[in-house]
This record gives sequence, C-alpha cells and structure tokens, in this order.
Amino acid sequence: MSASPSGRPEYSNAVVRWIEYRLPVFSAANEFMGTDYPAPRNLNYWWNFGSLAGVALVLQILTGIVLAMHYTPHVDYAFQSVEHIMRNVNFGWLLRYAHANGASLFFIVVYIHLFRGLYYGSYKAPRELLWMLGVVILLLMMATAFMGYVLPWGQMSFWAATVITNLFSAIPLVGEGIVTWLWGGFSVDNPTLVRFYALHYLLPFVIVGVVVLHLLALHQHGSNNPLGIDKKSPKDSLPFHPYYTVKDLFGLGVFMIVLALFVFYAPNLLGHPDNYIPANPLQTPPHIVPEWYFLPYYAILRAITFDVLFIPAKLLGVILMFGSIIVLFFLPWLDTSPVRSSRFRPVYKWFFWVLVLDCLLLGYLGAHPPEGTYVTLAQIGTAYYFFHFLILLPLLGKLERPRPLPRSISEPVLEPAPSATPAE
Amino acid sequence: MSRLSTVGVAALILAASALEASAQIAEAPEPIAVSWPHDGMFGTFDRAAAQRGFQVYREVCSACHDLTYVAFRNLAALGFSEEQVRALAAEYTVTDGPDDTGEMFERPAVPADPIPPPYPNPQAARAANGGALPPELSLITKARANGPDYLFSLMVGYEEPPADVETPEGMYYNAYFPGHWIAMPPPLQEGIVAYADGTEATVPQMAADVTTFLTWAGEPTLEQRKQSGLKVMLFLIVFTGLCYATMRNVWADAH
Repeated sequence: MSASPSGRPEYSNAVVRWIEYRLPVFSAANEFMGTDYPAPRNLNYWWNFGSLAGVALVLQILTGIVLAMHYTPHVDYAFQSVEHIMRNVNFGWLLRYAHANGASLFFIVVYIHLFRGLYYGSYKAPRELLWMLGVVILLLMMATAFMGYVLPWGQMSFWAATVITNLFSAIPLVGEGIVTWLWGGFSVDNPTLVRFYALHYLLPFVIVGVVVLHLLALHQHGSNNPLGIDKKSPKDSLPFHPYYTVKDLFGLGVFMIVLALFVFYAPNLLGHPDNYIPANPLQTPPHIVPEWYFLPYYAILRAITFDVLFIPAKLLGVILMFGSIIVLFFLPWLDTSPVRSSRFRPVYKWFFWVLVLDCLLLGYLGAHPPEGTYVTLAQIGTAYYFFHFLILLPLLGKLERPRPLPRSISEPVLEPAPSATPAE
Repeated sequence: MSRLSTVGVAALILAASALEASAQIAEAPEPIAVSWPHDGMFGTFDRAAAQRGFQVYREVCSACHDLTYVAFRNLAALGFSEEQVRALAAEYTVTDGPDDTGEMFERPAVPADPIPPPYPNPQAARAANGGALPPELSLITKARANGPDYLFSLMVGYEEPPADVETPEGMYYNAYFPGHWIAMPPPLQEGIVAYADGTEATVPQMAADVTTFLTWAGEPTLEQRKQSGLKVMLFLIVFTGLCYATMRNVWADAH
C-alpha cells in the first residue's frame, strides 16, 4: 500500500482496490484503528481497558444470543430451561458460565476504565461529551445486567427484581402506579419476566449504538494520555496499528486468562447460592444482596435511615443512589482544574485514591446487613462520595498549585531531561 | 505495574468480603472442611463413591427428596453400563399418555425418563412431612454456601441438643444446620444400606458417598469443564506470551 498522488491510499491487491473504489471500507478501517489513526505515543496499560470493554460487550452479545436460543422466558420454565442449558445443551455450561462471569469482568473492566478517566482527567475539555456518553453506557449496562440477573428466575433473581422495582414506589404521588406499570401486574410475575427478557435482549444493541457515538467522540480529538497534554507534533504520536493493536491484543490475552480462570475453575464464586433455588414469592431470603458490582450503590441506598425535612428516607436513598451516577455527568464542570493528569496535581492525586478506597468501602458495606456500625460507616462513605465530587473538586481546582507541565508528549518520553518530573 | 496489582488486590478483597458477608448472613456454623477428589484444577469424581452415593440416595433419600434434573440416562456417566441403566429404569413405573383412546397409562420407565419424584406435588410432600418441604436434591450442593462440605457436615452433624434447651416438636438438633433445629430425622444409621462392593456403611462413609453423588448431580459437566479449562489455559498462556513477544518487538523502535 502506498499513497497515490491524490493522497488516497493505493492498494496493491486488485480486489481490494476494486472494492475500495466503490465502498471505502479499507480506508475507513485504516482511519478508525489502523495506520492512519495517530495515538499518543505514551499510553500506558490503563488505556487497554477501553478496547477490552468493547471485546467484553461483543462476548456478552455472542454468548447471550446463543443462550437465548435455548432459554424459555416463562415463570414456569425459566429456571428449568437454565438447567437444561447447563446439562443437555452442548457446551451450554460454557456459554452460561462465560456469560455470567463475562458480565462481572465487563464491570471490572469498565470500572477500571472509568477510574482511569478520573485519574488522568480524561473527562475535561474537549472530551466532555465523550465522558458523558460513557456514563450513559454505564447506566445502560447496569439496567441490562440487572434484568439479565432476573432471567434465571432463582430466589435472588426474583427478590432482586422485587427490591429494585419497588424503589420506584418512593417517587411521590405516581410511584405506586409506576411500579404496577413496570411489573405489568400487582407483583413481580410472568409479565415482568417476559418484558425483562425482551429488554435484556434489546439494550445491548442500544449500548452498541452509544459505543459507536463514544468512539466517534473519541476520534474527534483522539485519546487523552498519561501526561494529559495535547499532541503538538507528529513526534508525539504513533500509528494505532501496529503499536496499539498489538498492545491491545496482549491485554486481551490477559483478560481472557482471567475470564477462563473464573469460567473453568470458579464459575459460581461471584454468584449467590440462593439463585440455584427456584424463585418462591412466598419465601423471602434472610438477606437480599445484589451482584457484587452493585454493592456500592446498594450501600448508598440503605445508608439513608432518616427523613430530611419533607423527604422520606427511602426516597432520599433512591435519589442518592441514582445521584451517585448522575453526578458523573456534571464532573467536567465540577472539576475546575485546568490540568488533566493527576501526575501534575499533587493534592488531587491523594484524594483520587481516597475516593477509590471510599468506593471499595461502600462495596464492602453493601454486602453487610444495614445494622449498627455498618450503617454509620455507609453514611460516612456516602457523604464522602458526594463531598468529593460536589465540594472538593470545585475547590481543589482553585486552591491546588499544579506542577509544571512538560512542553510536549515526546519530551519526557524521548529525551528525559534531568529536571523533568519523575514518572511515578 | 505496582498500581495494577494494587487494584487487583483491592478487587480480590472486595470479592472476598462479599463472599465472607454472604457466608456470615446465613448465620450457619462453619462446615467441616473435606478434601474431595473432585476439588481442584484436575479434580474428577470418584466413580465408585458416586455409585455408592446413588445407592444411598435411592434407598434412603429418595423416600422424600426429588432429584428433578437427573434422568436415568445421565447415570451412565457414573460408570453404569447401558444395560444396567435400562434395567434400573425398568424398576420404576411412570405415567404416560394420553394413548389413542385418550387415557393415561402406566409403563416401565426408560433411560430417557427423569427419576420419578417421591410426591406428585409440593403440597403432598409437605402433608407427608409435618409441613416441612424436603428440598429438591439435584442442585442442593450449589444452592448452599460451600455446598459439598455443608451437606457432608449436615449428614454427620446430628447430636444431642444442649441440656438447657427444649426440643421443639418434630425437630432434631444438628450442629451444622442454620439455627440448629431441622425437621429431617437423622437419615443415616450405621449399616442402613448394604454396599455391593463390601465397603463398610458407616455414617461418615455414606455421607461422603451421597455428597459425591449429589455434587455430580449438581454439576455433571464438572470434569468436562476442568479438562477443557486445562486446554484453554495452555492455549491462552502461549497466545498471550506470543502477543507479549510481538508487542516488545513492535515497540522496540518506538522508545
């Protein structure tokens, strides 16, 4: 392949040339993730998680479509159809375990991707919409995962569906009506299961659509990078292919090893034993817990045990739980610092890790019954979470004195000056 | 890299704490830790133990407990021959139909039939058991935290209640049952089954055998899973290693 006088790439293969002349898929792919897409030369391994999330999504869709061929969305048959998949369908156990554990790893990858954005300020101008589309994807993922968890129709499926749909009853005046409308009846029952199935099949494709927008926004200004400064010269970038395709391929290998360890050797480690008991509306499990990736939100929901003015505790818990995600939409404007990367923000860097610990603490508390010190700790954890975004970040941008930024990306990479900031 | 491991460790702590929490939530005593031949990356079922366990299920448990998801044909995986499975199925009678005249009829079971349940419905099961519902057993080892160890412990855990507590009517004291009072009478007594292979039918022996059988019944694809896992892991490690080498090669001129 070489460039023609017109600047368009000239392909040596005649068939490729014939197709390209009529349908420019080869140059499009090249501009999308090939040699014509320049990426910052200093991306570290934390930048692997975006492409990994894409792979995880594809994996979920592929396993999910085949599972759907064998699953029966009906309260009388759902549980046994899952057992049919596990026992009678060829490699059905592999499909189901890969789908269930794939969902968990998808969330791990996306959470790391999100915290990478927080650490390196990837949400700042001009990438605000890129970030907000990412938050939309997270919300869609949560809805999809929740509805998928209901489908096996085990005890935890049923009671998770009951608890989560009941949250909407906290809405004043119309809450009860909304819950009945969501259920398609007066309790979680067959209409609920069937609509969850329909939506669980639909939403992943909506996610694919938002991912396309996410990538479109990404390609407008290219990836952020660990230094958080813009590319200034061709020396600052490398062609995406082969440098980052091969790096992403290596990351994919590591991801697949972790997934395989779960699927083949600990397939039920992240699940709850109660979901191997068929749903029973007459018997409530002693403690209803969501999947691990929802535990921090669950802790926030249950942390609010007191009414505030005219707002009942339950409503406030629901508001704060959804608010913990909604606040991320405003992050580009809440963070007032002009510096993107934490490498040059000596104070924010520490608070970033405090936020990580806070989220882990909330996750830990979400798995425990809301009693005694657990509630107090969850209240502190919730308060700190919102303090970080709503008070700390706006102030920090004004008060913090950032370290001097390097002049270009290639400066510290190619010719590290003795006086340059040491990489941490 | 150190930060990568920090996050990895943190994720593990999170997962572990969630598990620990779910174990705590059941308020169940810690079961006896048993080392099973089907544990570990290379674990396989002890066929002889599973066959003996099936005998225990058939002669003891099946009086009250259903085994919904196991069909006679599945027993071939435990080492029973096709003739043995066919003969075994034929000992049971199942209802089939309707026939050409619209009537239901009884016929001997065939290998494709599920093992017939002891009661026609849960109501009948409760009525025959003082209001308690004997749980379905083909998923019991997956439906309890640390299932195989728990089941074994439960089988050997019957003992005299502490002197200062009163025994509720129709209940039995078990050291490993959550709350300790269980409606199931002690199912295993020394010599309640006569093993064909001459194994002595002690209570711990029968408990271990029936647990092996029910672990297989819960996850009949366990061996296939672990054996495929080995091949997949070997492939992935080589693949990832090659990717790493290629990456180093490609990046060599970029620094």
